[in-house]
Amino acid sequence: MIKFLSQSWAWYVSGPAIALILAILLFSGKTFGFSANLSNICSMMGLGKQIDYFKFDWKKQQWNLLFLAGSVIGGYIAAHYLQSNQPLSLSVATIEDLKKMNIPFDGNMEPGSIFNWSYLLTWRGLLLFLGGGFLIGFGTRYAGGCTSGHAITGLSTLQLPSLIAVIGFFIGGLFATFILFPVIFK
Amino acid sequence: MKAIKYILTGILFGIIMTKSEAVSWYRIQEMFRFQSIFMYGILSTAVISGIILVAVIKRFHLKDTDGQPIQFPVKDKRWKKYLIGGSIFGMGWAFTGACPGPIFVLLGQGYTIMLMVIAGALAGTMLYGVLRNRLPQ
Repeated sequence: MIKFLSQSWAWYVSGPAIALILAILLFSGKTFGFSANLSNICSMMGLGKQIDYFKFDWKKQQWNLLFLAGSVIGGYIAAHYLQSNQPLSLSVATIEDLKKMNIPFDGNMEPGSIFNWSYLLTWRGLLLFLGGGFLIGFGTRYAGGCTSGHAITGLSTLQLPSLIAVIGFFIGGLFATFILFPVIFK
Repeated sequence: MKAIKYILTGILFGIIMTKSEAVSWYRIQEMFRFQSIFMYGILSTAVISGIILVAVIKRFHLKDTDGQPIQFPVKDKRWKKYLIGGSIFGMGWAFTGACPGPIFVLLGQGYTIMLMVIAGALAGTMLYGVLRNRLPQ
């Protein structure tokens, strides 16, 4: 079983597996929306006293925070016990493009050259991680959802607003990749 | 007991996100550069499975485990916030290579630098909470 799970998963296995999470949450009477947890954490910290947006009973969202805690544990389990030890099968074209930006492909899940604390202390590191995180928090709350809430749940229930949000995700992602990255990684 | 169920579902989510490689910064770059079908394959098979799931639930009026009819979240019909908010998030997705779920999955994998992304995300969430009424919706 462990061996079976540890091999690299094909995309047509992963997609339906993600839908299984949606199924479990729907049959539990809940919804699949991870970024709601960012508001839940702010409410839990007591920010509802100062900011109306966070004035709600976060305890009703406790299940989602438990789901978040589980996702951290799941990441630990997968990284420590379910590794395939095969390098990521990234496309050659992407490897070439990244090389031009001085980001070497090392075969890991994340580029070791930028996913480290000393890189964070550079202006690029701060922009990428602290700035990127800020854009994620602000953007997902503004759009009322992220990949799970809009791309998975919203599109599965055939909602036009979610399609507009997903188009937005790509406008932002393409702008960052093709306009900002060439400047940042010059 | 219910608490354990959500933790276990979260663990399953963390494992699936890791094994799917959707948490990979490299994979997200590959996606935004349209250089592989990989991420599009994951997203489209997830959505197709989801559409079938929702259709079956609606067709047979399936109930949840508490015996209640299953409700689907309805997004309101304004479009500006989806386009603008979505574009802002999309930039962050490209920068960090992670959407909100994967940020926490990667933290569990041992990428402690994700703590900075979480700090940034909470700051962004707070600022949105402050500015919300002044933004076009």
